Amino acid sequence: MIGFVLVALGGMAGALSRFGVQKLMPQSVLPVATLTVNLLGSFLLGWIVGQGIQGNLYLFAATGFMGAFTTFSTLNVELVKLFNNKENKAVVLYLVCTYIGGLLSAASGLIIGRLL
Amino acid sequence: MLGSLLRYLVSLSTSELLNNGFPMGTLIANYTGSLFLGWFTARMIARRKLNPVLSATIGTGLTGSFTTFSAFSLETLVMIENGSIGMAIFYVLLSAVGGLILAAAGYKLGGGLGREAGK
Repeated sequence: MIGFVLVALGGMAGALSRFGVQKLMPQSVLPVATLTVNLLGSFLLGWIVGQGIQGNLYLFAATGFMGAFTTFSTLNVELVKLFNNKENKAVVLYLVCTYIGGLLSAASGLIIGRLL
Repeated sequence: MLGSLLRYLVSLSTSELLNNGFPMGTLIANYTGSLFLGWFTARMIARRKLNPVLSATIGTGLTGSFTTFSAFSLETLVMIENGSIGMAIFYVLLSAVGGLILAAAGYKLGGGLGREAGK
């Protein structure tokens, strides 16, 4: 039961943090706010796993917070909008930065988490 | 809060195992969330059918938290690390292409494609 509470609380904090980043980031053609939360969240989740964090803290920080801080649905809706507006360069740039960047961020987080 | 809880329930009920199984829970959450947000954006947000606070709660809060990118990245990384390169490529393509198609389908269902929508 405590697990559900921790996921919910972590999720709330993560979603609010994402909302904060979206408010702070400047508006541009490329959705930099979503890119920022997704890359930062992938890095931090890698770090959490690299640290070997498990149990309740993992449910709060990883499943809850990082899961909610990063988003996949917004990314795809933004891509659909960019397609719709024929911003083809931005589509490619956004796809590459997100998917390649996400993997590299998670990998560097994991490596740093294991070392430090 | 509710979004993350729902995602947790999906991943529990599909008994996702990060180390050796295919992450079905994340994929299901990401697929359904993308479809829903596409529809919700075209139908509700773009046409201002709901007040902005409710739109943000459901769109940014609930759906944004239900879907996740960090778990996806890490799961892919773990597959690569375990030498399951084929599965990793399959997972990335399935997520990226499927998520985009579902978001577009949702957007179209909500009446958002082709019009002046997409701002």
